Amino acid sequence: MSEESHQVTTLPVPDAPAGVRPRRISRKPTGGDAVFAHTFRAIGASVLVITGGIGVFLAYQSWPTFRHYGFSFLTETQWQPEADVLGIAAVLVGTLSVALVAMSFAFPLSLATALYISEYAPDRWKATLVSLVDLMAAVPSIVYGLWGFFLIQPHASGFAHVLHQHLGWIPIFSVGTDADAAVPDASRYTASAFVAGIAVAMMVLPMACAVMRQVFSQTPAGEKEAALALGATKWGMIRTVVLPFGKGGIIGGTMLGLGRALGETIAVLLIISPEFVIKPRILEIGTDTVSALIAGQFGEANGIQLSALLTAGFVLFLITLVVNTLAAIVVNRSRSGAETS
Amino acid sequence: MTVSAPVTEATDDPQPRTHLPASGQETPAPVPRAGLGAMPEQDRLVIWGSRLSAAALAWVITQRLLPTPGPAWFLVVFGAMNLLVLSVTTALTDDLVVVKDRIAQWLVSTGALVVFSALASTIFFVFHRGWHPLVHLNFYIHDMTGVGPSDPLDKGGILHAIVGSLIEIGIAVAITLPLGVGTAVFMTEVGGRFARVVRTVVEAMTALPSIVAGLFIYTTLIIALGVPRSGLAAGLAISVMMLPIIARASDVVLRVVPGGLREASLALGASRWKTVWHVVLPTARPGLATALILGIARGIGETSPVLITSGAAAFLVTDPSQGVMNSLPLYIFSTVRSGVPIAIERAFATASVLLILVLVLFVVARLLARPRK
Repeated sequence: MSEESHQVTTLPVPDAPAGVRPRRISRKPTGGDAVFAHTFRAIGASVLVITGGIGVFLAYQSWPTFRHYGFSFLTETQWQPEADVLGIAAVLVGTLSVALVAMSFAFPLSLATALYISEYAPDRWKATLVSLVDLMAAVPSIVYGLWGFFLIQPHASGFAHVLHQHLGWIPIFSVGTDADAAVPDASRYTASAFVAGIAVAMMVLPMACAVMRQVFSQTPAGEKEAALALGATKWGMIRTVVLPFGKGGIIGGTMLGLGRALGETIAVLLIISPEFVIKPRILEIGTDTVSALIAGQFGEANGIQLSALLTAGFVLFLITLVVNTLAAIVVNRSRSGAETS
Repeated sequence: MTVSAPVTEATDDPQPRTHLPASGQETPAPVPRAGLGAMPEQDRLVIWGSRLSAAALAWVITQRLLPTPGPAWFLVVFGAMNLLVLSVTTALTDDLVVVKDRIAQWLVSTGALVVFSALASTIFFVFHRGWHPLVHLNFYIHDMTGVGPSDPLDKGGILHAIVGSLIEIGIAVAITLPLGVGTAVFMTEVGGRFARVVRTVVEAMTALPSIVAGLFIYTTLIIALGVPRSGLAAGLAISVMMLPIIARASDVVLRVVPGGLREASLALGASRWKTVWHVVLPTARPGLATALILGIARGIGETSPVLITSGAAAFLVTDPSQGVMNSLPLYIFSTVRSGVPIAIERAFATASVLLILVLVLFVVARLLARPRK
């Protein structure tokens, strides 16, 4: 930068006597602005204290838990307050299995819905369909719980029986009963992680779908048209342009959904019958998740058991936090790509 | 081809020139335009024909050949047959690329159809199972005092649950609206390193499962401080759950307010508070309203924090600080758990009321978010 331009910016008075220095500009707010800044800083600080306080409180509560039960708290499967044996291994596995069942339904369906809305749907329906997906996200989870319990469970357990009959040799589809019995034991196929997962999928779906659709809609139109102009079919265009472009959104949206699925309580509590066993057999009755454990056990808990429940909640929170953070990183990375192209 | 001269007012020029359609003399286009968006007739025939034949095949297979009566298996077999017939018929005339395109289109549309019909089935099912109590007036203006689970539907109602839900969500909004929007203003308008810390923590806390928020209030307020299970505790639990959601959503909305508006206001001599109050917040008002209303819809339907903190009263309670209080989702949950058929019917009716409430909130949010004309 030349000397001249420097002079122009700093000296408003060209013939100022020597020794006069330009006024120093301070970014520090004064007067009313200072009051404004400090007031809102105080609000921000109080919210930080409230929200951060919960995290710290939960972390602090795990200290007595781990001192009392040791690290077997993470490996013990039983939750028997009478015998003073508490552990979250079984419920963690149950949480994961419900969430994975939910994702295996929600992932293909949300991908298809997002692709349909952004690529296939007629233009005049798009806004309505987007609103419908948002509405789906606003439906209370207890309603999906009722839907899963009363409408889906009879069909789902029938489907589970067929799966067991024909694919029972795969460990996750086996059920501890005779599949080909003349009168199959229908109750063995209800209240399972499979049925709960379907209800949870309904809650996860709109969230994942919204993220995916948003990323798909940012696909550069020029590249899509280029693919079509080169003679690609619609699917060829989607496969070579839309899907690679939206990869971040697909992964991120799925993980955001997974984060929600892990913490879902009331639909799971309504459907499953609690059982503290590490159970890979998702079609069979009985499983438990961390959040359903908390909802089911908090009433009788006191002292150390309450700490243990809070610790279970803290572990769940940490898992959700990691999943959500990874999702946010992936989604943000894909969006920053959209801005440059 | 010659380049025609610029069109002038003169009309008796013998040279060929651009045809200018005069207004009022609408002449039909000489050649009908080809509709590029529409599908060729043959493709439409293939699609509808394969649907028809798939339906016939599915009927034969499920209702005649296999012992699988009922609509569920029919739909599954119909789907599979449709895909099969569609790909075979397409393969007769076209190559593999087109077949793949057809299959992909079928899969994507069917997936979307499944999702939207699941949503429709949810709403329809809840209203279908719950409309009996809804036609009784007492369902809206009575509470469940002295009404047993198997009493007929002309006794008792859910007034206590409606009032309880409104009080609890009112407490939550009174807490989260100023704090959440205030935090968003701090994060976007004041800024600085501390604001980034707040933003990180608030975003992290959106991952807090709602049941853990309830358990936090239960442990600190009810066990440690001895506050009774009450509407106040439930409202606080909902606030803890909603606060990060509202703060984050408002932050997103405030961030997209154009910086030029702020700078114009500051350049005109307005103080920063005046800028926020008269420029930033009014600009973001529709977005803020949407964020708040969707937060309310989420909070009012959330069962798990309420389940732990409020207790379930069968009678009308209007004082949130005194004793147990019921709310709509909690009433649904506890009534369904009783297992009595007539009580389950009440639960479905309550779910319909809750669903209507959420639908109304949702529509209001949509209307507010619509760009002004």
